[in-house]
Amino acid sequence: MSQKNISNFIIKESISLTDKYQLMILECTEEAKAFQDIKPGQFVQIRVDNSHHTFLRRPISINDVDIENRTLTLLIRKAGDGTKAICSLSQGDTLNLIWPLGNGFSVDITPASRIILMGGGVGVAPLLYLGKILRMYGLKPEFLLGAQSSDDLLLLEKFKEIGTVHISTDDGSLGEKGLVTRHSVLSTHIDKIYCCGPLPMMKGVAALCKSNNIDCEVSLENVMACGVGACLCCVEPTVKGNRCVCTEGPVFNINELLW
Amino acid sequence: MVDLSVKIGELNLQNPVLTASGTFGYGEEFSDFIDLNKLGGFIVKGTTLEPRQGNAYPRMVETPSGMLNAVGLQNKGVDYFIDTIYPRIKNYRTNIIVNVSGASIDDYIAVAEKLMPLPNIPAIEVNISCPNVKQGGMAFGTSPEGAAEVTRRLREVYKKTLIVKLSPNVTDISSIAKAVENVGADAISLVNTFMGMAIDVERRRPYLSTITGGLSGPAIRPIAVRMVWQAAHSVRIPVIGLGGIMNGRDALEFLMAGAKAIQIGTANFIDPAVTIKVVNELEDYCQRHGISDIKEIIGII
Repeated sequence: MSQKNISNFIIKESISLTDKYQLMILECTEEAKAFQDIKPGQFVQIRVDNSHHTFLRRPISINDVDIENRTLTLLIRKAGDGTKAICSLSQGDTLNLIWPLGNGFSVDITPASRIILMGGGVGVAPLLYLGKILRMYGLKPEFLLGAQSSDDLLLLEKFKEIGTVHISTDDGSLGEKGLVTRHSVLSTHIDKIYCCGPLPMMKGVAALCKSNNIDCEVSLENVMACGVGACLCCVEPTVKGNRCVCTEGPVFNINELLW
Repeated sequence: MVDLSVKIGELNLQNPVLTASGTFGYGEEFSDFIDLNKLGGFIVKGTTLEPRQGNAYPRMVETPSGMLNAVGLQNKGVDYFIDTIYPRIKNYRTNIIVNVSGASIDDYIAVAEKLMPLPNIPAIEVNISCPNVKQGGMAFGTSPEGAAEVTRRLREVYKKTLIVKLSPNVTDISSIAKAVENVGADAISLVNTFMGMAIDVERRRPYLSTITGGLSGPAIRPIAVRMVWQAAHSVRIPVIGLGGIMNGRDALEFLMAGAKAIQIGTANFIDPAVTIKVVNELEDYCQRHGISDIKEIIGII
């Protein structure tokens, strides 16, 4: 497990993607070696200093890493007071992070494998860095992104830079119309699926993978407090009993879960 | 040089800062952030005779200036602690205290007897105050008779420092504090969490799988300070104070109210390095106020 740090980060850029989503690029102000150790699928815990209603940190997955410039990119959904307070900060403001946390996706797979990186909503966030790393390992990641409408598809251009992008929208405004779990690409030969998105989507793809014998990892977002495996609040029932999503996850192979 | 040392039973603490059980894992979860050897001690996760899976998810909800939890004493049991965890943590040069819980008095005794031979566990903290288990836990801690019975039976078998952790979910904390003192507790710690409840009105259901849970965090601090003050004025044994301590100032409230040592709990979730900051802030305070020994301010209220 990688060394965990508490560090201050300066907001280098804060971009409003839609009224619900913010993209933030954060630069570490402290000398820390952790950047090259970050695994795709890991997350950070952000302290929220500017909200009276928020007490605990907010877990946010890492969208991208720039080792050289010591920056992390986060894609944040303005879900409640805490995330709204974080997103209201401006360029030059400081955020306090505990990082990097969690296990991350496993990326040691056969080079010839056909892999699909599947995401919905803010769940697309960790797939970008995952795609970059997989490509670095000589794989050809394909993305399958789902959204309500074409306007809700996040970071589409960035995903296209890394691999083929398949799209499903509920209203049919882009790609195939309907649920992302029914996309035609899922009926082709696939060796592995990485998935992060709403629970029904992940459970849907898990069922599909089980019946078609496809290796599948999902990233969970159970409500958590500490983020370091101390409080045991974020547990998910698994074949080995209740396990902490913050330290033994957030990524689980579907065979470990009781879905 | 400020003397921050205090004594709890047979334990010599280099400073009064301990961690609250259930918020600090087994200490090692925090070793990336702090030097555990600089703490007065740490109290590890509630340990039971048999492994426990705890309550169903969701187990936690954030509330104003605090949180409700209903973890339900998830742990792998005392044998796992002794065989697997103890060897990993025993060489920390600070006091390691195990929080002990059980569904029956016999359970408490069995766990205490198994822990007693461990040379680097100089004390146990007996949890008679967990609001999140159906049997045992708070059931023992909410009457003077129940609290005294567990303590008396444990005192007969456990020869090291015996700390009893009291529930705040009682009408008269003084009578319970006296009851456990009378049967041989070396110290008491309070408060455990307050039983609370929160409802998701959009979904029209409780946030927690167990409906109710234990409230912690600064939301409970003024009540905790009051109860520590009441308890400290009722007993002669040392009182360990806890409940929503976020910084050195908060810790000082408890010390002035009569606590000889304090525990930091929920604050560890927001700042995993908070414990060491509190140690430093206590020292700074003493220097600023010309206090050479922290004991000078303990119980001044």
